[in-house]
Amino acid sequence: MSDQTRHIGSVELRRRPWLQHSILPGFGLSLGITLTYLGAIVVLPLTALAIRPWELGLHGVWHELSAPRVASALKLSFGLSALAALLNAPLGLLLAWTLSRYEFPGRRILDALVDLPFALPTAVAGLALTAIYAPNGPLGSLAAKLGIKTAYSALGIFIALVFIGLPFVVRSLQPVLQELDHEVEEAATTLGADARQRAVRVILPAMAPSLISGVSLAFARAVGEYGSVVFIAGNLPGKTEIAPLLIVIKLESYDYAGAAAVGVAMVAISFGSLVLINGLQLALAKRGKA
Amino acid sequence: MTSPDITRRGLVAAGGGMAAAAGLPLLLAPPVQAQSKTLTLLNVSYDATRELYKEINVAFSAFWKARTGEFLDIKQSHGGSGKQARAVIDGLQADVVTLALAGDIDEIAARAKLLPANWQSRLPINSTPYTSTIVLLVRKGNPKAIRDWADLVKPGVGVIVSNPKTSGGARWAYLAAYAYGQSKGGQAAARAYITKLFRNVPVLGAGARDATTTFAQRGIGDVLLAWENEAFLTIHEFGPNFDIVYPSSSILAEPPLALLDKNVDRHKTRVVATGYLNFLYSPQAQDIIARHHYRPRNAASAAKYAANLKPIAMVTIDQAFGGWKKAQATHFAEGGLFDQIYKPA
Repeated sequence: MSDQTRHIGSVELRRRPWLQHSILPGFGLSLGITLTYLGAIVVLPLTALAIRPWELGLHGVWHELSAPRVASALKLSFGLSALAALLNAPLGLLLAWTLSRYEFPGRRILDALVDLPFALPTAVAGLALTAIYAPNGPLGSLAAKLGIKTAYSALGIFIALVFIGLPFVVRSLQPVLQELDHEVEEAATTLGADARQRAVRVILPAMAPSLISGVSLAFARAVGEYGSVVFIAGNLPGKTEIAPLLIVIKLESYDYAGAAAVGVAMVAISFGSLVLINGLQLALAKRGKA
Repeated sequence: MTSPDITRRGLVAAGGGMAAAAGLPLLLAPPVQAQSKTLTLLNVSYDATRELYKEINVAFSAFWKARTGEFLDIKQSHGGSGKQARAVIDGLQADVVTLALAGDIDEIAARAKLLPANWQSRLPINSTPYTSTIVLLVRKGNPKAIRDWADLVKPGVGVIVSNPKTSGGARWAYLAAYAYGQSKGGQAAARAYITKLFRNVPVLGAGARDATTTFAQRGIGDVLLAWENEAFLTIHEFGPNFDIVYPSSSILAEPPLALLDKNVDRHKTRVVATGYLNFLYSPQAQDIIARHHYRPRNAASAAKYAANLKPIAMVTIDQAFGGWKKAQATHFAEGGLFDQIYKPA
């Protein structure tokens, strides 16, 4: 009889492979809750957003998005977010390494400081950064002497985006660094690996997936960042106007459909880049297993 | 840009206030004293009027208490005029709006239908108990020798102004500058002038207060295009590091006010809201208005504070632009003249 059950079971499994999840009890309930929750929190608002711009018609949406001002705002937002996330990769790695591998006085305080950009209201962060980097601020005046414009330029936006992205990278890496077995490194040493080889061939591959996810989180956060950036950006159309600000300006001119069109474009680009990054991560994970 | 928070805070405060007004007297006050109730009023206003309405509200609350025995709790919300109008359209429960320009209240009437389209004829003098104008605020001693509009387009002069799309004051400033250009050679000259002017703008704020902060606190730019009252306030707040320059001509800015019929009926505040708006025309309120460097309608108040109100030639929006609707469509609508300034050449 047990043979028969197994037989029936395997046929079932072959015909409806998703059923194999139900080996654990509660699958129906938890999937139901998951779908409802995601539907209400994510899918429904996104659908409302995606429907809105089409009242302009396909041509209207294209006209909206191909306007030079919109195109340059999108380029600015995504370009600077990518650059900021990329700068945060090596710096975040270094910070995570320092905080989890060394023991020194004040380490815990430094560790807590990393979370500050998470916790600070973005408007406060923007005001603080602007006060420091404005031409009459302590760092801004130094930069001005060298002829570099920090606040009220693209560089100012970049600084704000680096600031808000840093904790994402550090916090993604720290647990992996702490979990990484010292024995693995010791084994590498006994097999004759020098320090550089240990770092490049043992530690880095183990951290790559979380480094990538940290960087992509930082990137995604930076793309949508509004509060801190508008203070430091200068907000000149075509020059220092980020896409989220353009959306707000369109809303304030009662151009709801136009604002939604820019919103949809941002969602599409963000989603595309996240899929790309996920693919990269998968490829890396596969190579790690092989 | 603090305004979104303020709007939200306004909303929460209004909600909390209304809850308190509705719930607390019932719970706490013994039934005998029930007639001395607390009324809540929400006034949604623009960026530059924070200090004015703080004083007006105190005066009106005392006036109302003396007249009716009712306690008043007047809440304020401030931000860029366009942003505030949109918040009201999207459901901010304002009893009265006191915005920077009629166009924004027109939008509330057209889109949310909270008040009739002829709202502006319901109160005296186009529903504007005071006027104001746009002046130039420069750094102490006027190092760049800025005397008039023509000096703003000189190379090397940094002009600070907010984005006219979001700030009512900036819209008036833009129109004042444009009217100057028009007077020097018609539409073509005005267009060339305004384009050159905005090329000299290094930072665009969202509301009048943003621009003031950038100019006064961050030290950016050589001249701020400011509401007259905001210019005086800046000197008052940040010390005597600034001079006010009156240009050869400016624009007569008429910030109107209105009560939102649907909202006051829902909140049962029509009587007190009407009283509040009418109070602004009273000699007492007109004096407060003049003290805050707005231009009162009342001749006696204007005479009393004549030292505050330097005479200046002013064009009206009807003369120079054929009214708000036309100005809005030509200059500030999507793809209008203001957008064309920022088209990459």
